[in-house]
Amino acid sequence: MLLIHCPYCKEKLPELEFEYAGQAHIARPDNPAEQTDAEWRDYLFIRSNVRGDHAEQWRHSHGCGRYFNALRNTVSDKFIATYEIGQACPTSHAEGEENNEQLES
Amino acid sequence: MNNWRVDGKGRINRDKRVRFTFDGVSYQGYEGDTVASALLANGVHLMGRSFKYHRPRGPVTAGSEEPNALIGTSRSGAGRFEPNTRATVQELYEGLTTVSQNKWPSLNFDVGAVNDKLHKLFAAGFYYKTFMWPKSFWDKVYEPVIRASAGLGVSPTEPDADTYASRYLHTELLIVGAGPSGLAAALTAARNGTDVVFVDENRELGGSLLSEAPSAIDGKSTESWLAETIAELEACDNVRIMTRATAIGYYHENMVGVAEKLTDHMENPPVNAPRERMWRIRAQEVILAQGALERPLVFDGNDRPGVMMAGAAQTYLNRYGVKVGNAAVVVTSHDSAWYAAFDLADAGVKISAIVDVRTTVNDYLNSEAQKRGISAKVGHSVTSVSGTKRVSGVKIGRISGEQYVTDIISIPCDTVLMSGGWTPSLHLFSHTKGSLHWDEENEVFLPGERTERCHIAGGGRGLWSQQAAFDDGVHAAQQALTSLGQNAPGLSVDVDGDRAGSGIVMEELPSNDDKLARRAFVDFQNDVTAKDIRLAVREGMLSIEHVKRFTTNGMATDQGKMSNMNGLKIAANELGRPTPKVGLTTFRPPYTPTTFGTFAGYHKDELFEVTRKTNIDNWAEENGAVFEPVSLWRRAWYYPKAGEDMHTAVARECRETRASVGMFDASTLGKIEVVGPDAAEFMNRMYTNPWTKLASGRCRYGLLLGEDGFIRDDGVIGRISEDRFHVTTTTGGAARVLTMMEHFLQTEWPDLDVWLTSTTEQWSTIALNGPNARKVLEPFVKGTDLSAEAFPHMALRECTVGGFEARLFRVSFTGELGFEVNVPSEHGRALWEMLYQEGKKHDMCVYGTETMHVLRAEKGFIIVGQDTDGTVTPADAGLTWAIGKKKPDFVGKRSLTRPDMLLPNRKQLVGLLTEDPSVVLEEGAQIVEAGDTAIPAKMLGHVTSSYWSEALGRSIAMALIEGGFERNGTSIDIPMPGQTHRATVSGTVFYDPDGDRIKM
Repeated sequence: MLLIHCPYCKEKLPELEFEYAGQAHIARPDNPAEQTDAEWRDYLFIRSNVRGDHAEQWRHSHGCGRYFNALRNTVSDKFIATYEIGQACPTSHAEGEENNEQLES
Repeated sequence: MNNWRVDGKGRINRDKRVRFTFDGVSYQGYEGDTVASALLANGVHLMGRSFKYHRPRGPVTAGSEEPNALIGTSRSGAGRFEPNTRATVQELYEGLTTVSQNKWPSLNFDVGAVNDKLHKLFAAGFYYKTFMWPKSFWDKVYEPVIRASAGLGVSPTEPDADTYASRYLHTELLIVGAGPSGLAAALTAARNGTDVVFVDENRELGGSLLSEAPSAIDGKSTESWLAETIAELEACDNVRIMTRATAIGYYHENMVGVAEKLTDHMENPPVNAPRERMWRIRAQEVILAQGALERPLVFDGNDRPGVMMAGAAQTYLNRYGVKVGNAAVVVTSHDSAWYAAFDLADAGVKISAIVDVRTTVNDYLNSEAQKRGISAKVGHSVTSVSGTKRVSGVKIGRISGEQYVTDIISIPCDTVLMSGGWTPSLHLFSHTKGSLHWDEENEVFLPGERTERCHIAGGGRGLWSQQAAFDDGVHAAQQALTSLGQNAPGLSVDVDGDRAGSGIVMEELPSNDDKLARRAFVDFQNDVTAKDIRLAVREGMLSIEHVKRFTTNGMATDQGKMSNMNGLKIAANELGRPTPKVGLTTFRPPYTPTTFGTFAGYHKDELFEVTRKTNIDNWAEENGAVFEPVSLWRRAWYYPKAGEDMHTAVARECRETRASVGMFDASTLGKIEVVGPDAAEFMNRMYTNPWTKLASGRCRYGLLLGEDGFIRDDGVIGRISEDRFHVTTTTGGAARVLTMMEHFLQTEWPDLDVWLTSTTEQWSTIALNGPNARKVLEPFVKGTDLSAEAFPHMALRECTVGGFEARLFRVSFTGELGFEVNVPSEHGRALWEMLYQEGKKHDMCVYGTETMHVLRAEKGFIIVGQDTDGTVTPADAGLTWAIGKKKPDFVGKRSLTRPDMLLPNRKQLVGLLTEDPSVVLEEGAQIVEAGDTAIPAKMLGHVTSSYWSEALGRSIAMALIEGGFERNGTSIDIPMPGQTHRATVSGTVFYDPDGDRIKM
């Protein structure tokens, strides 16, 4: 079971207290009415499928209840960083290699 | 007692005889025996039949990796039968009842053994190829036959009568495995004062020392050194020792799952003692000292009862005082089997020959063999084994060029001891995704890059001697302690008579016999032969992952502990590629088969899942309600009176409510308090409806969409004051809605000054519906006027009801005059009983969820999740009136104009009236064009809600149908088994379409 650092509680706590909440840094457009169908489709549905470092939202649902951002490696499943909502992704973040190469089962 | 015991050998308690049965026959063993050792001591090798060919099988190992000797065990009392118990692990106790598996009618005479004669038919991939055709045979012929004959053992038929426990544990250092390296690591850490947890799957510590004792350790006998060491560790407050505790899985951040068996070895377990306990141990550092597993050799007949691992025979001798035969032939590619042969010879077993496939062995082994008069056949191979239910002899010959053998001779024997060398046990390391690297010289995979804070010691690193294991255990402990910031002094353990050794890795042994006729097993439990693996490669399986799935090699309950390396070697050879290039399949938890009960722990029966109950629930129970589960809630479904079935009870409840008044417990409705200066703005953004102009003291039906434009939830929302909304949600949707609100509030609109609080369980909600609802309620209300003029439909008041502070809503989910009273939840039952007494004056009924469903369906009110399914837009559901037209934005608004959302033939929610008014359609039934009898017919949609309407005296239904609105007044068909029903498409409001009744 992973240990996840909640940036608000400032404590590393068991995965059981948290839930995943989707890819991070996808801002809702300021004026959806002005979005083209393609732009709105991308906002709704198009997500990266990273093999590597992935920025995502988590919620400390059985703790403080706050949403926060995390950078997690999808191969090792290790958390590289967690940070507050509204903060930029850590600059050290090298965009993960995107591919669908099948992992060993 | 019997002549298979060896005097002076073994760690069994010879003062305590234990009786047990196997297939109905009574046997005796000793305390300290396993079922396997006790049966062997009685001369029984045949313990089961194999899964596919039903070949007779005996134990091939003495440990938890056993693939063959799987038995059923029973304890007294129902629900305590367990299939597939490994006889090599199950400890003996008085009265234990065991049975063999995969046989009919008996172990000695088994009909399924005909499969063995037909083995050429049952080659790898047999199922994939044979049962393809004809298609219609799959359901009727193939699957029933396969199901009847498949499976390992027999499933228990009764619920498990035992209880299981679970615990968390935190420690500085966890050591897995109590052989020489584990013991040395534990001593090092214990003397340093480190917090240590030390686990081993066996009943006693010692590991390989119990099977093969060196002549002395630190100048003492192995037995006394071990006893002193264990005593020292037990005396340390900082060391927790767990035996019968298997580390089954290594999870993230050094969490190791340990399954501890507590009572399986006891004749009379303490009453209510848990059977097993799952420990979730979070360790700062982990030492894996799991040793190595001996590899079988692959030759014709290597699965016959009497053929076993040389190391296993040594364990049965030294640990259990059992000789596994009278005359043994040893076949090996590793030095270790020579030592096993010497131990057995010294205990009086005749070693007829040592057959070593290597071209030379060292002089020491040769001279030791000579000293004992053992014939050493170096450069020889076993070509076949005779005997079916027990070995009767072997044929051996001189290896002359690869796969060619000369000078073949027969040697009679009752036992064949094999050793293909040792495979480091890296299962737990593999769970961590630690990489393995191939050691070319020794042809083994060794631990490579680590992903967790763990250290491998001893046999797991390919170190074969006990001295090396002790030294490595000290080294691993020092590394772990350094990493903990502790500098521990080392220690030394000196072994006399250490038996270092080496060997080579073989594939199938050389033989002249027809390759296709040979029955040389690689995976014993899944009956995979060397021929099957070569066939898989020839049929194009290039990766070991494909070979595994095509042949099922390594997919048995031992997870390839015996078979993986041999399978890999044979596949690599057939492919002509180096072994590491062919790859190794991944090991996964659990390390050994683990009961479901251990994983479930306390989460069974009433603790499996919480049952949520309202404050009024116990009144419903006392008054004969029938309940139904709604999400986690238990809700009163209907209240039958004497002699009533569900249909008549619901019809009466409907009738009485519409005629006078009915009372309903609506407390499970989800409730969220939305508060703050920006509450109205937040509601505007979340819900489709306009909220700015909703006055305090008024309420409105609210519709919630996902950002994709589909309906997610609905409910009545009241404005308590300028900055406070009382939001209700569906019973099942409360948590989801609150999560969605929090997500938007925290991540998209953190600038809004709003607080969200779940108040579902703070309020008891009682609904009164019917023309006399006001009369029942009025006597209890203080502080507000209930008249139609002063308190119109969709109004709300804060007042007192029955002396309790209340939020009173005038709303209706039935189409009748309706009120919903919210009082602090602890007063729910008290108010309910007051209203119930008052209601008697007006022939009031109480009704449950079924009547609620019927009454709302008569009015065409939807239930989200029943009449919608996550692909329904407000327009599809006929709810465009609930959308605030002037609002620039709300969640999901932009999606409503995406091209696909505007298509005319979307599925739309309509009413259905069957031609035969007595037919109540099945919910979920498919709908086709009227008169469409083509197969397959085009499905237009499905029935979402369907009931008998007492008010209309006929059935009614709602359905989602393609282009449903356009079809109003036309016919459609609902084909059901035996009969097709015709219905007319209608609107969804069946009762009181003008809505006069709510205005009373």
